[in-house]
Amino acid sequence: MGEAAIAVDGVWKRFRLYHERNQSLKAAVMRGGRAKYEEFWALKDVSFEVTPGTTFALVGQNGSGKSTMLKCLAKILRPDRGTTRIEGKMSALLELGAGFHPELSGRENVFLNGSILGLTKRELEQRFDDIVGFAGLEQFIDMPVKNYSSGMYVRLGFSVAINVDPDVLLIDEVLAVGDEEFQRRCLERVAELRAAGKTIVVVTHSLPVVRSLCDEAVWLEHGGVREIGKADQVADSYLGQVHLDMQAGVQANPHRPTGQVRITGLELLDEQGRLASGVATGDRVTFRLHYEAADPVRNPVFSFAVHTTDGVLVSGPNTKEAQVPLEKIEGTGHVDLTVDHLMLLLGSYDLTGECTDDTITHSFDRMHRALRFDVHPGTPHETFGGLVSFDGRWSLTEE
Amino acid sequence: MQKLSEFVSRRELFVNLTLRELRSKYKRSILGWTWSLLNPLTSMAIYAVVFGVFLGVDPPKGDPSGLSNFAMYLLCGLLPFNFISNGLNGGMLSLLGNANLVKKVYFPREIIVAANTASWLVSFLIELGVLAVALAFFGNVVVLWIPLILLLVLIELAFVTGLALILAPVTVYFRDLQHLLGLVLQVWFYTAPIVYTMGLVEDQLGTTGWKITLYNLNPLVRFVEAFRNVFYDMRFPPLADIAYLVGVSGGVLFLGLFVFGRLDRRLAEEL
Repeated sequence: MGEAAIAVDGVWKRFRLYHERNQSLKAAVMRGGRAKYEEFWALKDVSFEVTPGTTFALVGQNGSGKSTMLKCLAKILRPDRGTTRIEGKMSALLELGAGFHPELSGRENVFLNGSILGLTKRELEQRFDDIVGFAGLEQFIDMPVKNYSSGMYVRLGFSVAINVDPDVLLIDEVLAVGDEEFQRRCLERVAELRAAGKTIVVVTHSLPVVRSLCDEAVWLEHGGVREIGKADQVADSYLGQVHLDMQAGVQANPHRPTGQVRITGLELLDEQGRLASGVATGDRVTFRLHYEAADPVRNPVFSFAVHTTDGVLVSGPNTKEAQVPLEKIEGTGHVDLTVDHLMLLLGSYDLTGECTDDTITHSFDRMHRALRFDVHPGTPHETFGGLVSFDGRWSLTEE
Repeated sequence: MQKLSEFVSRRELFVNLTLRELRSKYKRSILGWTWSLLNPLTSMAIYAVVFGVFLGVDPPKGDPSGLSNFAMYLLCGLLPFNFISNGLNGGMLSLLGNANLVKKVYFPREIIVAANTASWLVSFLIELGVLAVALAFFGNVVVLWIPLILLLVLIELAFVTGLALILAPVTVYFRDLQHLLGLVLQVWFYTAPIVYTMGLVEDQLGTTGWKITLYNLNPLVRFVEAFRNVFYDMRFPPLADIAYLVGVSGGVLFLGLFVFGRLDRRLAEEL
């Protein structure tokens, strides 16, 4: 017991969901002092231990309590029952540039933000050049932060954050926002810290991150522990469950059937026809949509849409424009869109499936961004950003 | 105890947050720090004209200093009040204003409130310095009294910090307290002999009896009188007064730490 870097023992955490927020005294007096609220257990009896020097992932769907758990570890939230214990110096990276003051210069903010994250003035002075150099802001460091672009702001915040040198590091996946370059640096830095023997806890949605970076993982579901174990195994069972949910049509995404046709699931299949959560650039893949039509429906149109996780539409094919004749559907079935060479590049994407009438104006049913999948580097191998590969041919002609 | 050692280990954060408050207060204003002097000087001018000239309040003679100047008399009471007023107004909003920090980073949150009070303490000390210089022109050289002045400032600091520690988390739950505080401070201002003299009060309430005793229980009255004793009269305040202020301020600070510790638990959720 004593050797665990982090010990979480029977943690319960309750939130209050207010119906009408009592933020004025008058309201409080009128209502007899108490605001009405419902209690909601965000964490239910969560226990786990993290071995020193390992990287530990908290996975789970939105609302599963993983961020709440991280905040309890970071001591931002206090559990209602149970205890968390961390050995050694802990640092939590939940936000970049916490406490930055817009009117102050970059230099002043580095010292402010650094001391918020627990660095001493001496440490900051020693690392100051590194921090500024890494952010690439040498010329701008004496300028007020409010004149920074949002990219500069994030870079400076990130640069301070990675120079914190704790024994235990807690990282929220919000850190993984930003451009490709930025994400790569973030992952590189985590790998470095890992090599240096630090204990790392990371909250993430991204199963590739879990598989490639983490040793162990806990899967939280509705605030309880569903599974603890080796990262690969947990990732596998988590993925399996996500697909089961999808097929059962219990996805929490907006789902508003108008009756005639219901979409019951979206799937991504790899070359061998197996369910996949990740594929590589250039792979042959199939997008599958399961439907259910209680009564016969004439001339339906099925469409898919693929968005990036930040909402950019990459592609939106439909059966009408592809001139696929679908005269009538009835009962259950599925529609496949097979792509011989998926030209998406490295990143996470969301799949939407929709069924409409012949005019594409009346929607029977839509599963909006209901399936998230990852694309890994493949062939063509391009890792310098962008969403799609042109799969072009290079040639050089000397004249 | 554990809190205390945590606080000590984060003292640099405390200093940095205080500096942030100070730097941002007058950043982007042409007169900068001068504003912190202009504010009390303006109120002093207004009160001196209204009460000293129009209403004809007689400036009491400083005993034993012999000083007789209404503006100086006023300022000796106004500055300690302003420290309370600024410290509470700023302190009660300090957690709301730093919601992002509270929700995203852990450190003892008392530091946020304390940094706010500390920033007003700096303003207060500067104002007192200016007052001391002004008094020197009228013959009151208070240099030798500096240790006593610092002691009084320290006691008042404990008082203000304690109240701010109560107000700051409560305001998170009841946002309209900020409007209430404005009213309370306005009333509080007139409950103490700042723009009027203690002599006028004694004329009305007598020098003994429960009325004047009740009046004197107000800590603000004792603060104002104590500062005035030192700066204006140039004599040692009654030991009973100092003991009373130490007791009240210590109690308030202790209560503040206790209340803050209780309300601290759900701050990150409620903000």
